[in-house]
Amino acid sequence: MDELGDYIARKSGATTGIAVRLGELMLETAPDKLVALLTFLKTDPKCLFAELMDVCGVDWPEREKRFDVVYNLLSLQNNQRIRVKVATDEATPVPSAAAVYSSATWFERETYDLYGIWFSDHPDLRRILTDYGFEGHPLRKDFPLTGFVEMRWDDVQKRVIYEPVKLSQEFRRFDFLSPWEGDIPRILPGDEKATKTS
Amino acid sequence: MGVITPAKANPAADTALSRALNDELADKGFVVSQLDKLVSWARTSSMWGLTFGLACCGVEMIHCWMSRYDLDRFGVAPMPSPRSADVMIVAGTLCNKMAPALRKIYDQMAEPRYVISMGSCANGGGYYHYSYSVVRGCDRIVPVDIYVPGCPPTAEALLYGVLQLQKKVRRTGTLVR
Repeated sequence: MDELGDYIARKSGATTGIAVRLGELMLETAPDKLVALLTFLKTDPKCLFAELMDVCGVDWPEREKRFDVVYNLLSLQNNQRIRVKVATDEATPVPSAAAVYSSATWFERETYDLYGIWFSDHPDLRRILTDYGFEGHPLRKDFPLTGFVEMRWDDVQKRVIYEPVKLSQEFRRFDFLSPWEGDIPRILPGDEKATKTS
Repeated sequence: MGVITPAKANPAADTALSRALNDELADKGFVVSQLDKLVSWARTSSMWGLTFGLACCGVEMIHCWMSRYDLDRFGVAPMPSPRSADVMIVAGTLCNKMAPALRKIYDQMAEPRYVISMGSCANGGGYYHYSYSVVRGCDRIVPVDIYVPGCPPTAEALLYGVLQLQKKVRRTGTLVR
């Protein structure tokens, strides 16, 4: 896996970082080199990552470039998966991968919808999941859980209308940590596997 | 043996009954209790259900029509068309994007129409009550007759809800709703 990472970095020249974590190969790249890297990964005979499984976003509000766009690729020929990450912010567009992987169009629409990450050269960049006329990007960390509006049927106007959210009871966080147990970092089931490999 | 013979026609009793009925009609001019009983009997014994399955509750709703509980024997047939359905079963989470469609479907149903709200999400938002994209109960969009609690309710619970709705229709017993 390290070998493959080195090979990709050397041959494509479009990566800014390689890491093998939890038994998975991850590449980092810059937005302007993304399409070149994806094309290389798809066509190179040692890679042949022909399937784009997923495009998603990650929000890191404390970072200057607050978003990561993550591409998960699969090579059926080599039985290998790879992850490509691009960092960006609200203003910087990421070039669309739709020219390389046609399945990227809807994934990128979803990422745009939920995070507000802009994809340049996308054939049809609209919202895909949220309501028509929805405002905001719900998966951003600064988006409130309950949103800003709620919906009801208005019998006078004979249509459904939006109103500002009125909650009769605030959202409660149920913190089940007992006071004498303290804030001990507990090992969640499944975590012990993570330390073994990598 | 085993052949059911119809009760023998009794012309004398028939004429006596019709004479009594005629006398009552001539006397009062209407027969109230029998007609509304007839109408509510007709309504309760053929409630075609509009299957509005939105989430996991929809699977339990399907179970309710399958062979174990078999809603068909109560005259509740699954009916994809709102025009010929009598009761809409809202089964599952109602999102903001779906709400106008739900109301439109409800408006297309012919009177008398009834709504069963099935599961916590349809009753009051349930697990997604604090979500930005979920309607906090489908009674904000359409008037609801019967609420079936549960997450998801069992098929039995929905069956019980349907029976409760039949009871409600029978007891209300009005012609115009």
